[in-house]
Formats: sequence, structure tokens, C-alpha cells
Amino acid sequence: MKKLINEVDNVVDEMLEGMVAACPKYVKRLPGLEVLVRAGGSEGKVALVSGGGSGHEPAHGGFVGKGMLDAAVAGAVFTSPTPDQVYEAIKAANGGKGVLLVIKNYTGDVMNFEMAADMARDEGIEVDQVVVADDVAVENSTWTTGRRGIAGTIFVHKLAGACAEAGGSLADVKAVAEKVIANVRSMGMAIEACTVPAAGKKSFDLAEDEIEIGIGIHGEPGTHREKISTVNGISDQLLDKILAEGIYNDGDEVAVMVNGMGGTPLMELYIANKHVSEVLAGKGIKVYKTLVGNYMTSLDMEGFSITLLKLDDDMKKLLDAPADTPAFVQF
Amino acid sequence: MPSRVYECIAKINDTIQANKDFLTDLDREIGDADHGVNMARGFHAVTEKLSQDETDIGAALKKTGMTLLSTVGGASGPLYGTAYMEAGKVMAGKTELTAEDFGQILDVAIAGIQKRGKAERGEKTMLDALIPACETYHAKVAEGADLVTALDAAIEEAHKGIEFTKTIRATKGRASYLGDRSIGHQDPGATSATLTLETVRDFLKA
Repeated sequence: MKKLINEVDNVVDEMLEGMVAACPKYVKRLPGLEVLVRAGGSEGKVALVSGGGSGHEPAHGGFVGKGMLDAAVAGAVFTSPTPDQVYEAIKAANGGKGVLLVIKNYTGDVMNFEMAADMARDEGIEVDQVVVADDVAVENSTWTTGRRGIAGTIFVHKLAGACAEAGGSLADVKAVAEKVIANVRSMGMAIEACTVPAAGKKSFDLAEDEIEIGIGIHGEPGTHREKISTVNGISDQLLDKILAEGIYNDGDEVAVMVNGMGGTPLMELYIANKHVSEVLAGKGIKVYKTLVGNYMTSLDMEGFSITLLKLDDDMKKLLDAPADTPAFVQF
Repeated sequence: MPSRVYECIAKINDTIQANKDFLTDLDREIGDADHGVNMARGFHAVTEKLSQDETDIGAALKKTGMTLLSTVGGASGPLYGTAYMEAGKVMAGKTELTAEDFGQILDVAIAGIQKRGKAERGEKTMLDALIPACETYHAKVAEGADLVTALDAAIEEAHKGIEFTKTIRATKGRASYLGDRSIGHQDPGATSATLTLETVRDFLKA
């Protein structure tokens, strides 16, 4: 394993210190905890708290700031943070108007965030939650844990964050988050797996000419494996699954995210986006806004995901609202 | 001289550390390659935070559960944390472990795991080892077996449970994302749960 690290055990701690050193204007760290909060606090507004395992940078700490999150909790790499850490984040972010937890749908995340919410409610803090489950690679049935939360989560941060910044109540902010969750779908793939520092080896093995379709963001293998084709062909495969949901139709307006998994050159993401925009245009789906880049990564995994969010006029305003965070700035 | 309960929990830590890579490799096949790493981090913290003089088995189990809850993370943290904390309630104030006590520990630990994880038997989880082990344990104790003898029989069933997890598709946890590809692999949680039972048995036998 080759990594630009010092001690395996210190990667999360040192990363958080480095983020604070880079962005003191935006974030500060709660002493002794793996929690980043807004440098200026969140008094008088509904607070958005998210988080999860580390390794998805810039998610989630990179989105703490005006117009998006109020606190982000960083667990060990690919491991949900513990309830005590989430609880401290809730307490610190609470500005007196209630706290909304934005949880990605994983067994561990849901359990740890719910335990933390119970602890905070015992102290009289108003806490509600939404669970993002945008990954269409996973069958959504009563026989599975349900779909995973992946890159679509960033749109929840953006739109619900804009609502909270504009003075929305906890119920308003939750309603926006739920609306985004209902209208956002994603799917990803990898041409090369990632290496978790503590594990020291790749999370799955692919032959030189093999790719994995339907991967999650934790190095977990996908739904199937196949021979590599062109990025257009691969994008078609991901888009077909997303479009088969029946949400995005002729005449609809969408936001698109072509998200890198951490080890993919932007050149390749833009090539993918060229095709995505052409396919959508061909179907009469209008692209209102496109984000191309590394938003929800999986360490050094090589691959990408495509996310579509169907928009209405209210959602467009929230998407266009200003945001000022380490990893997402918009005027 | 450390207390008996401290020594037993320290032995569980030894087992987890010795099997850290094995558990992580199992998790790598069908999960996210961190079960051994997370459990090792948690139990190392337990041996540091738990007082060596603690003789109250309930207090020691509660401290173990709370430490796991705050150090393991993932799904294993809340599940094992809940199991040990529930066991701690059963053993509160007790300094000796009877065969009946251990049966109760298994009952409440399983109930806690089911409540927190919203899982049933047959979903390729630690419950597939623990529930049959628990049933056999109670049956043996009802026949008059002592703790170690009943636990021996229970562990045999836990191993069958591990084998059973190889034959089924996961419907809980991250392995469920794999669909049928999870078949053929044993569940890491069922494995760590069985290793725990074996360590307790070996400790009580020694």
C-alpha cells in the first residue's frame, strides 16, 4: 500500500486538523471530537447535521458553512461515527430552532444517528431526521436494507441548507429534504477499487480489463462485473437504470451531478458529462444546472457516479441560493 | 491481580486482536472490509478503560458496552455495545456467573441486537449464530448440564449457524447490496460472535 499518510491510526484526526488549518473562516473543530461546526455558529436557525464514515471528502466537512451544513461528524474511514460524537455535533449545532439530521441509508449510520437523536431529545433538543437512499443499483425491497445514500446527498445538503439559511422552520427544512430525496437518483461504477488505509489492500480485486457496476461509496463490491467498454457505453448503463425509475421525463428540468470517486481525472468526468448531456437532450430532459467534480468520493477509487435531481421552481431557487463552504461556493 | 471478569474480557480482546485480519478479510468479501479493524479498536479501548479491579460483572459488562458504543462505530458498535450493556443489566451487582445467568445474558443480548438492528434469524447476521446457540444452551441447562458443557453444545450450533450463513443471501447490512453474490460467504458478525462464545468457554474451562 502506498499512501500519503503518517500513521494509519491518525488519518482522520490529521485530516480534520488540516481542514481547519485550511479553512478557519468556515469551520472549527469541537475539541477532542471528530466534529466540524461552522466557525461562526448557527444561532437562530435550523441546524443541519450530517456525517458518516471518513473517506468521502469533501463530504461532509467540506460542506459545512453558509447555505449548507451546520455540523459534520467524521467517523473512522468508511465507518459510521459513534452516537456520542453525533450527539455532541447536535448539541453544538443547535441554534435553538431544532436540528435536522441528514443520514445516508446504511445500517450503521442509521443506528448511530438514531441513538444520538434519542440522547439529544432527552435533553430537550428538537431533532428530526431524513434518510437519503438515492442509489438505484440496489433493489429497493422489503428484503434488503434499502437503497444506499450516495452522491445525491449533496443536493439534500444544498437545498435543505438553503431553506434553513432563509429562515425555514424545522418542518420546512425537512419537507425540502424529503422532496429532494424523492426526486434524486444516482448510480456509480468503478474501474479500480479503493484501499482503506487500515486494511492496507484493495477492497475488491478487478482484472485489468474488468469494471464493477453498481458500487457503493465504501469500497463494497457492486451488483455485477463486466469487461470495460467506452465511457459512453458505461454512462448509458448508469443512466438507463436511473431513467428507468420513471421520474425524469420529456419536458422535465433536472440538475446533473457527474461525481468522481476520488481517483478519476476530471478529464474523464467531463467526457462522461458530454455524453450525459447529449442523452438527456435527446430525451427532451432539460439540464438546468450541472456539477462535475469530486463531491462524494471513495478514497482513491477510480470511477464515477451520475446523479439526476428533478427540479421545480421552488427547488431551482434553493439550488441557486448562495452557499459559502470549503468545498462549494456559489454567489 | 486483575479480577476474573477483567481477565475474561481481556481474553476476548486477545481473541479479537488475533482475528482482526481474518474478520476484516471476511468483511472484505461481502461488506466494507472493516469488521476486524473496528472490533479491534473497540476492544483495545475496553481493556484500557475497564478497571482491572472491577469485580461487579454487571458494571464491567456495562462499561464494556458503553466503550464499544463510543469507539467501534459502524453497525457493530451499536449492536455489540447494546448486547454488552443489556448483559450488564442482568449481571448488575453480581460477582459470580451461574449457568442460569449466562442463559439470561444470551437472551437479553439477542433481544437487544434484534431491537437495535431490526433483524431476524435467517438474514445472514450474527443472529444466525447466536439464536441457535442460545436455544441449545437453554435446552442443555434444562437437562442439567453445567455452564461449560451447555456452552460447548451451544458453540457447536453457532458453528453450524456460521455454515448456514454461507448458504443464504444477506437481507440486512451492507452485504444485502450484493444480492445473490453474498451467497457462499460466511457472515463476519456471526463469526465474531462465535469467537466470543468460544473465548468465554475456554476462559471458564481454564
